[in-house]
Amino acid sequence: MNATAETAALPKVRIATTSLAGCFGCHMSFLDIDERILELMKIAELDRSPLTDIKHCGPCDIALIEGGCCNAENVHVLRELRANAKILVAVGACAINGGLPAMRNRLDVGDILNEVYRDPDGVQSHVPNDPELPLLFDKVYPVNEVVRVDYFIPGCPPSGDTLWKYLNDLILGRMPRLDHALLHYD
Amino acid sequence: MSATDNTILIDEVPVPFKPGQTILDAALEGGVYIPHLCAHPEFAPHGSCKLCNVIVNGRNASACTMKAAAGQEVEVDTPDLHAYRRTLVQMLFVEGNHFCPGCEKSGNCQLQALAYDSEMMTPHFVEFYPHRPVDASHPDVLIDFNRCIQCELCVRASRDVDGKSVFALAGRGMASHIIINSPSGKLGDTNFSVADKAAHVCPVGAILIKRIGYAVPIGERRYDLEPISEEATRCAVEEVK
Amino acid sequence: MSDNSDVVSRVLERRHGVSTQLLQILREIQEEVGWISPETARAVAAGLGVPVTHVDSVVQFYSFLYDKPPGGYRILFSDNITDRMLGSMALFEHMLKRLKLIRGEVSPNGAVSVDLTSCTGMCDQGPALLVNNRPVTRVTARRVDEICDLVRSGVPLSDWPAEFFRIEDNIRRADTLLGSRYQTGSATRAAIALGRQGMLDEMKRSNLRGRGGAGFTTSVKWESCRNAPGAERYIVCNADEGEPGTFKDRVLLTSFVERVFEGMAIAGFVVGAARGLLYLRGEYRYLLEPLEAKLQAMRNSRLLGASICGAQGFDFDIEIHLGAGAYICGEESALIESLEGKPGKPRIRPPFPVTVGYHGKPTVVDNVETLADATDVALHGGRLYAGNGTRHSSGTKILSVSGDCARPGIYEYSFGVRIEQVLKDCGAGDVAAVQVSGPSGVCLTPDEFRRHIAFEDVPTAGAFMIFGKDRDLFEVARNFAHFFAHESCGFCTPCRVGTTLMRDALDKIADGRGSRYEVNELMRLAELLRRTSHCGLGQTAGNPVRDTWLKFRPAYERRLIRGDFDPAVDLDAALTRTREIAGRDDAAAHVGAEA
Repeated sequence: MNATAETAALPKVRIATTSLAGCFGCHMSFLDIDERILELMKIAELDRSPLTDIKHCGPCDIALIEGGCCNAENVHVLRELRANAKILVAVGACAINGGLPAMRNRLDVGDILNEVYRDPDGVQSHVPNDPELPLLFDKVYPVNEVVRVDYFIPGCPPSGDTLWKYLNDLILGRMPRLDHALLHYD
Repeated sequence: MSATDNTILIDEVPVPFKPGQTILDAALEGGVYIPHLCAHPEFAPHGSCKLCNVIVNGRNASACTMKAAAGQEVEVDTPDLHAYRRTLVQMLFVEGNHFCPGCEKSGNCQLQALAYDSEMMTPHFVEFYPHRPVDASHPDVLIDFNRCIQCELCVRASRDVDGKSVFALAGRGMASHIIINSPSGKLGDTNFSVADKAAHVCPVGAILIKRIGYAVPIGERRYDLEPISEEATRCAVEEVK
Repeated sequence: MSDNSDVVSRVLERRHGVSTQLLQILREIQEEVGWISPETARAVAAGLGVPVTHVDSVVQFYSFLYDKPPGGYRILFSDNITDRMLGSMALFEHMLKRLKLIRGEVSPNGAVSVDLTSCTGMCDQGPALLVNNRPVTRVTARRVDEICDLVRSGVPLSDWPAEFFRIEDNIRRADTLLGSRYQTGSATRAAIALGRQGMLDEMKRSNLRGRGGAGFTTSVKWESCRNAPGAERYIVCNADEGEPGTFKDRVLLTSFVERVFEGMAIAGFVVGAARGLLYLRGEYRYLLEPLEAKLQAMRNSRLLGASICGAQGFDFDIEIHLGAGAYICGEESALIESLEGKPGKPRIRPPFPVTVGYHGKPTVVDNVETLADATDVALHGGRLYAGNGTRHSSGTKILSVSGDCARPGIYEYSFGVRIEQVLKDCGAGDVAAVQVSGPSGVCLTPDEFRRHIAFEDVPTAGAFMIFGKDRDLFEVARNFAHFFAHESCGFCTPCRVGTTLMRDALDKIADGRGSRYEVNELMRLAELLRRTSHCGLGQTAGNPVRDTWLKFRPAYERRLIRGDFDPAVDLDAALTRTREIAGRDDAAAHVGAEA
């Protein structure tokens, strides 16, 4: 890293990210900050994240959560990030209200699994149940229904500009706010 | 500053009113925005959404139903009222299934626009995820009950303007829902027409005209172009002129 | 399926096909055929010339109207907190078990269903239940068994033991109203002698204020109605008495009803109304026949009808309208909506009923007790009346006392009586709290028992529920929260959604999954509902939670988890279905509580 002596002296802001029951669109949108990522990386470091492949989160300042909780594994990951992060941010429609995956919430999850996997005429006769497979919840739950969430960034996905503004506010200790142009739920 | 015979004070600013006008109408005409959702200029006040809650002479009231009167001191822009409005919008969001990314009304939706206006970053409360089927039986109009906010504009329009009484609100409390006037309960079995006033009066995406979804690109939709607070007062002021 | 066209035609004819009589029409049809089928609804709609959706919206609003068969025996356990304190839930479960039912389910042969209902007004002789809208009091395990046997054998209700339906007045303390020996007709004659203006003047001197809870000065209401423009006026007696813990109007309507009817006639005399309506809650359906008989007797004695007591131009008669299970209809504008055959949703006010009421005409809506008190004013004059009670609260107040005390029942006191006096008189022991004026009232603790029942101190419509020192005040608040969520009319956002959110938060705490987060949310919701709700139901729905959190914090705290946040649902339970599908029970098939 080409850090100056000054910035090298300050501890970097540690940011963890994860996509739970998300489509990774919010992560892609994060990368839409384009070359501003170079600026960001002067003062921040990524901890556990799909972008780093660090498997478990250590103490960090900000955790960005994409996606809601659809299965048991989501909850374990979310709890790990919540326990280690000072500030937890739910990013995108799925994390905030369940989003597209939550459209299954009016149906019985058992019926869905049976419909998908049981094939009366063919080979598949049961729903896959290997212990390594995480079990689905009866419903998809927004992140704030599972852990305490500090901030929310709506959007599907929030744009790179929205994320950039919000992250800047958080990192610089300002109250994050989005004006009309940056705040949208779709 | 003080009020005179035909003015009220809104956040300490004098705003004129005509005798018989509600506080909401006087405010909008005077260029002062009070959030509202179930109010519509062509219909009598409804008073159900409670987004227009303001403080009048120290007491809470609905601006859409309370008549303006000389000497009233109205507070609109207070932190408490902002918080109440945001919470009321959040309640409406969690009560139904309001999934903006998949909704044809997004960008033209008054509920969404009011949520932006009140800086709703999350619906906050535990989501109800009710099970509400869609009625696609009519050839030209779709009803998505997931998005209904019970403003009864469709009920009133169908009954009082179209003379058809296609819609009604039934049930009590959280079981309240719109029902349709046909033996099957489906819109397709009524004499509802896409030309009805009731087909064009819904402030959200519950009543949609088929085959024109997403006609306007993102960025050029009504509330992309200006926030609802500016649009509402601009329209009211333009009407007066 | 039959549209019951013969029954429908008969009832429509009896009610002259008047569409505003819709609620009465549906009730009468249902009493004969059991429920309102889609075909029946269509026949009614066609007969009245209204859209069928109008009929549907009325049927779906009221708890006692059914659009599905409710069973030959529709059994509803009164679910006021006082019933629970007497063991009603164990009895409820016992009956469900014996009849092999789950709550609300109709038995396969269509014979019976068992469910809960809001307070039925029998708190002094509970636990109570309704069978096909007839109250059964003093329910015990043995009585439950006997009822189950009767149901199994298909014995008609009219052949059930009369003892089941015994309802006592339980007047424990009578004062000037209840204790006086009343000569039927005396008040009416006194009013006539005073003249319309003279009677109004006496009402003004009396300072009589409404006894239904609001305490509005009655003479002001009568005068405003009299002075309102228009030729037609109405007197409405609010006998909806739905506030849990209130049963004083029940006693007035049972044993003092001529005073109520004469009070209505006197009100009509003063304001210039020729028609009175008594809105009687559906749970008091058993009083309908005795009340009609009393009305007929009064007509025979020329105390009702044309030229009352010979006074030319004094024409007044009364009709009785029944409610159908909706607490909100106790709110005066919702009551008027119900009288007009619509769902009971409160109107936009102003204007108030005195200027725009029943059918848009000037209407006085007064409580049962208020009207009975008016006869006292007619007989003895306003000055004497005002000499009793306190400066701002004249006359007496009838309290309906129930809960943890030796002698539940009716107590009449001059206004100004201290809470502690009432507790002493009714034989309450070690008291933790008193809920005055029902869930929408206040919860008082012993340090407040020297306060006075009066509009200027502790106002009340009459309910006085006593909780002994071992009672769980959290469960009291939760019972009340369930009540409000069930009874919310659904019109306005804050109450429709907020009462459900509050109920759910309390249930979460009761389930052992609540934290300070839920408490904070409850306080915030209570405040929002108080400020923004459309009517008094929403505005007061948060009172019990606020009062009990303030005064009985430990009752909440012993249930709260140690952390500051708990997931919205039991996450391990949320895996039950897929555990079942996968046939797994290993450690990874479970989610534990957070460390």
